[in-house]
Amino acid sequence: MISRRDFLQTSMAAAALYGASGYGNWAKVAAQQALTQDQLLEFDTFGNVSLIHVTDIHAQLKPIYFREPSVNIGVGTNKGAVPHLTGAAFRKLYGIDDGSPSAYALTYDDFSALAQAYGRVGGMDRVATIINAIRAARPDALLLDGGDTWHGSYTCHHTQGQDMVNVMNALKPDAMTFHWEFTLGSDRVAEIVEGLPFAALGQNIFDAEWDEPAELFPPYKFFERGGVKVAVIGQAFPYMPIANPGWMFPEYSFGIRDERMQEMVDEVRAEGAELVVCLSHNGFDVDKQMAGRVTGIDVILSGHTHDALPEPVLVGETIIVASGSNGKFVSRVDLDVRDGRMMGFRHKLIPVFSDVIAPDAEVSAVIDEQRAPYLDKLTEVIGRTGEEQTLYRRGNFNGTWDDLICDALISEREADIALSPGVRWGPSILPDQDITREDIWNVTSMSYGQAYRTEMTGEFLQIVLEDVADNLFNPDPYYQQGGDMVRVGGLGYRIDVTKPQGDRITEMTLLKTGEAIEPAKTYQVAGWASVNEGTEGPQIWEVVEAHIAKQGTISLDPNSSVKVVGA
Amino acid sequence: MELTRRNAIILGAGALLVSGMPMRRSAAATSEEAIAAFTGGAEIGSGDIELIAPEIAENGNTVPIEVSSGSAAEILVLAMGNPTPNVATFRFGKLAASRAASTRIRLAGTQDVVAIAKLDDGSFVQASSTVKVTIGGCGG
Repeated sequence: MISRRDFLQTSMAAAALYGASGYGNWAKVAAQQALTQDQLLEFDTFGNVSLIHVTDIHAQLKPIYFREPSVNIGVGTNKGAVPHLTGAAFRKLYGIDDGSPSAYALTYDDFSALAQAYGRVGGMDRVATIINAIRAARPDALLLDGGDTWHGSYTCHHTQGQDMVNVMNALKPDAMTFHWEFTLGSDRVAEIVEGLPFAALGQNIFDAEWDEPAELFPPYKFFERGGVKVAVIGQAFPYMPIANPGWMFPEYSFGIRDERMQEMVDEVRAEGAELVVCLSHNGFDVDKQMAGRVTGIDVILSGHTHDALPEPVLVGETIIVASGSNGKFVSRVDLDVRDGRMMGFRHKLIPVFSDVIAPDAEVSAVIDEQRAPYLDKLTEVIGRTGEEQTLYRRGNFNGTWDDLICDALISEREADIALSPGVRWGPSILPDQDITREDIWNVTSMSYGQAYRTEMTGEFLQIVLEDVADNLFNPDPYYQQGGDMVRVGGLGYRIDVTKPQGDRITEMTLLKTGEAIEPAKTYQVAGWASVNEGTEGPQIWEVVEAHIAKQGTISLDPNSSVKVVGA
Repeated sequence: MELTRRNAIILGAGALLVSGMPMRRSAAATSEEAIAAFTGGAEIGSGDIELIAPEIAENGNTVPIEVSSGSAAEILVLAMGNPTPNVATFRFGKLAASRAASTRIRLAGTQDVVAIAKLDDGSFVQASSTVKVTIGGCGG
């Protein structure tokens, strides 16, 4: 008799060989140069339960360009492990041909050229078409949203998340968990959650005062699907009051709380759950570690770190599915659940090629309705990218969008040094493309976007860099907050990612003079997205808009100010 | 936990060095003294003691922690990196239904929190957890 473990491993191997993940077929599609909706959606329905996972949409209702990172360093046991592979190493691992649609969707090389060929990605009306197709094959498929949904655009900011709530409600999710949603403030979150027609889950969302589970967010919900009792347990982003302004949601406490996760798994199993799904906003490496510590979770649908993986990663008997960000991907996971256990799975990471997948008319109309009051503001052209200039954000240390934002801070705020937060959201702009107000808001909008100007000593600047570096490169994933290194303008440094906190950052240099940063000397620093209450300054999108308008055409010098060692 | 007492003390001192706290020698000495006073110099093993603390503190001024042990007569809690490492000693009677306690502690910086239990049989066990205190910002 085949054990569950053996079955999973066999199934995993079969997935790699037979191409059940969809990627074996992709190469053929590329060779034929015939990308069609049917091929993207092709899926041999399997087992008796289907999960649909979307996550980290960041309010991107319309198709966008999105460049994946070139630098994504893994440390400790995750060195060289997915998702910490990029470019050619990523393509080699998954057998993806250079220049193919999957190369465009999943890696960064030749991004702007491939973008011209394959077009935009995402758009919630295209996502709706994919969801409808899956539901046509499996009417009771579960749609699960991993959070970071009600944040990240002009319309989302101006409607306090209502545009996203309206569009997502049209997609009819079954459950959701959270991160940036809380930066709307706890009153607004409560107002929306109380009216949601689906479950708002988070086993790790606690009442801060009493350190007890928060009543508004149940830990889990049961569903009967395909004759199977399914438990979905929510796991919100653990470090919300640290990575984001805790003063905006002082009533809540989070944390990983894996001992409670184990209690919840045991509880749902005791109540008869045959399939346990964790809808997580932990980030991939944290999910991997949690899967090794908590037993009894069959599937973790992983969000937060914006990784898109063509195949699930297996930890013990748990599969971890990573579904990208910004509406670029939808994951479908079909499961064979029998005799109270998961016997096998079939998975496909479906890339949302906007020009290939037809928009769903009904959801298109809902999206247009949200945008209509703001259309003039959204579409106003502020500037243009130069012929060689792509604007993108992702990467551990810098991206051209943040180079531009740092330039804007230095020139508009008359600073020596600029700091820009290492967030992972924000679409890309191709060369020779208009930059609209909407584009600027897509990479800057937030409820705490004030651009501060302050004095910092060299010593404090180093403490800041060391602190953020440890959030990214601490070898224990439970001490990582996700996100990337704080971006710097006007400042160069060397980082050894293998060193402990306090020893990673050296050779800090003030670029405008070429002089070493002196610990006791004071520097004028401009930045944005401070987590401190009462931060003053103009909104970052105003600063960036003013700068781009003055520049007209954007052409940035290549950024070589960060030297990375030990990767 | 595999952390020995000796390692815990060295680590505690290391954390202090990193965060640049003053009085690092005296703090380490103080925690050593506190442990010696509690155990009378007896060996400390691992076993029936659980310490739950956050990996990263949401607020270093008030960090919730929880200790429990099925067979502890007393549990000593130390914040190894604080100028005054002694946090609390919980004593449980033989008829205590639950030998668990929770409280909130203040941490001067990233450091190890250590719980040492004196069990009913007179032996000592310990658990340790690193709690990071960070300036925050920049979540993805």
